[in-house]
Amino acid sequence: MTVMEQRGAYKPTPPPAWQPRTDPAPLLPDAEPYRVLGTEAAAKADPELLRTLYAQLVKGRRYNAQATALTKQGRLAVYPSTTGQEACEVAAALVLKEQDWLFPSYRDTLAVVARGVDPVEALTLLRGDWHTGYDPYEHRVAPLCTPLATQLPHAVGLAHAARLKGDDVVALAMVGDGGTSEGDFHEALNFAAVWQAPVVFFVQNNGFAISVPLAKQTAAPSLAHKAVGYGMPGRLVDGNDAAAVHEVLSDAVRHARAGGGPTLVEAITYRVDAHTNADDATRYRGDAEVETWREHDPIRLLEHELTARGLLDEAGIEAARQDAETMAAALREQMNQDPVLDPMDLFTHVYAEPTPHLREQQDQLRAELEAEADTEGGTHR
Amino acid sequence: MTTVAVKPATMAQALTRALRDAMAADPAVHVMGEDVGTLGGVFRVTDGLAKEFGEDRCTDTPLAEAGILGTAVGMAMYGLRPVVEMQFDAFAYPAFEQLISHVARTRNRTRGRMPLPITIRVPYGGGIGGVEHHSDSSEAYYMATPGLHVVTPATVADAYGLMRAAIASDDPVVVLEPKRLYWSKDSWNPEEPTPVEPIGRAVVRRPGRSATLITYGPSVPVCMEAAEAARAEGWDLEVVDLRSLVPFDDETVCASVRRTGRAVVVHESGSFGGPGGEIAARVTERCFHHLEAPVLRVAGFDVPYPPPMLERHHLPGVDRILDAVGRLQWEAES
Repeated sequence: MTVMEQRGAYKPTPPPAWQPRTDPAPLLPDAEPYRVLGTEAAAKADPELLRTLYAQLVKGRRYNAQATALTKQGRLAVYPSTTGQEACEVAAALVLKEQDWLFPSYRDTLAVVARGVDPVEALTLLRGDWHTGYDPYEHRVAPLCTPLATQLPHAVGLAHAARLKGDDVVALAMVGDGGTSEGDFHEALNFAAVWQAPVVFFVQNNGFAISVPLAKQTAAPSLAHKAVGYGMPGRLVDGNDAAAVHEVLSDAVRHARAGGGPTLVEAITYRVDAHTNADDATRYRGDAEVETWREHDPIRLLEHELTARGLLDEAGIEAARQDAETMAAALREQMNQDPVLDPMDLFTHVYAEPTPHLREQQDQLRAELEAEADTEGGTHR
Repeated sequence: MTTVAVKPATMAQALTRALRDAMAADPAVHVMGEDVGTLGGVFRVTDGLAKEFGEDRCTDTPLAEAGILGTAVGMAMYGLRPVVEMQFDAFAYPAFEQLISHVARTRNRTRGRMPLPITIRVPYGGGIGGVEHHSDSSEAYYMATPGLHVVTPATVADAYGLMRAAIASDDPVVVLEPKRLYWSKDSWNPEEPTPVEPIGRAVVRRPGRSATLITYGPSVPVCMEAAEAARAEGWDLEVVDLRSLVPFDDETVCASVRRTGRAVVVHESGSFGGPGGEIAARVTERCFHHLEAPVLRVAGFDVPYPPPMLERHHLPGVDRILDAVGRLQWEAES
């Protein structure tokens, strides 16, 4: 064979890396958000679950109102409300088993409370007397996370560790639409998919990152579509349909528990209140838009379904309302008590043992407090 | 009396041994990072660990430093003791948010309920001819972050001892591994490893009477060399190896300066906003009446780390150290 003939015979086999590795089709979210209420699927929903969800939503709405009121009375430094998003907050907590873990963002105190954490302890960060008020191990709720999306890799690591130990634990991590732009969102989803960690990523797309609408946040077909790039399923759900959110999250949790790996769930909802009590939403959106969403309210949707099917009557509505009032009154009373602060706590938990350098600063503060007490002739709080 | 045959070992080998012993002693210890598994790390510090303990204990992660440290946080929350490798000093920067906002603060945030015993290994410093982003001295960033311990070995024995202590600590510890000392050799018997000392103690590496060189990590051998050279000038220099930047051992440092009356801080990091400023201030505040001269700093210049062909002009060497020693107002004594 001549050299030219050899060249003519060159027919390279494609390198193995050219083979497609995963069929993306089963990972793609549906075109429309999944709904249950007002559809045929509602008939299959467990009436007891629907009633539980309803009671929790009413309570959640009242909790949001009460917490916002507490900012006006100076009892909370700030409150990021989830009014209108109660279906997401409540369902996130209800789909988890006792041994599972919840990783909330700073907006998710309602989910934290729905998981069983004492409301005052859940609000400690926002009251401002300490950064986390509850023991994360008591209800398996990670500290409320203020930096965006940084809690997501924590959820992946915890779920991965539990799986290595052979424990039956699923981690559900909450994040907003704005948070999906952060690098940690990307890294967490990538690690979770590579490790097949039992994690559910739950995005509440409430339309705004403070003032910035979703259109300025992403050009993705939907946030749920982002899942496909990582090799995990993406699910799209109506975030104001409590039954639908509960079902989709339950499926994702079950999938993770069975060893199927992570899922990304995008719930489409709306932040009816401003970003926090300190924000002015009229600067970036109109009343008409808010009104549309008030029509598509999670409590009204569920109440309509329950009453239409005879699963809820006036007495039941009133009972749920009373229950919520009792919760609000208790929260009000507890929050009206001044927290007991010890300035020396500043040094107690920085390290397992304070460094010599911190001990010197501890002595300095102690001396300052003593001097303060002497001049005031009273005791310091 | 029998003597154990002590063969020279490198610092990298001592670090490997420390990781291996820690993993053998405690199943909660997990090593993770880029290329730490099959390859054994770009500096081979994790060599053999994946083979011995399995890939679940020594894990090649995706290439994402924030993800590595962020997932390590979650693993530590669940009771593991992750040992994370940041491949190079300057590649650790993507992990800084996790480090500063979570690793360093979670114990405090949760009133001690959720300690994070994470060891963060960072190969650091110059002198190896590395191209850009491979030679940074990033210790000042770590030192300025409350909640972290920061240690850096200068000897083979300390590499073992500090690594074991870091992994055993219930607090997060940044272990800065001087890259150019990875291949330094010392008589060290891996069968009788150095007892693990608690983190936070400096050591007098060379006793002397004239002045104290306060230094750490890659600059310790340079200072030892300078101290030898200084004998020709009639100076008997003491060398203090800090070993731990946080906690800082004021006691050992100040005892030395009180003996000698003069001090020079030596490090590769820049001087402006660098560790030397803090050290000089601490020494001055505590030993003012023992000082015969201001505390001087010998450091890298305050420039972005130079390209390899210029780095010898940047790094503090024997001449720059001796020049500083010469400026310690000796004429006042004559």
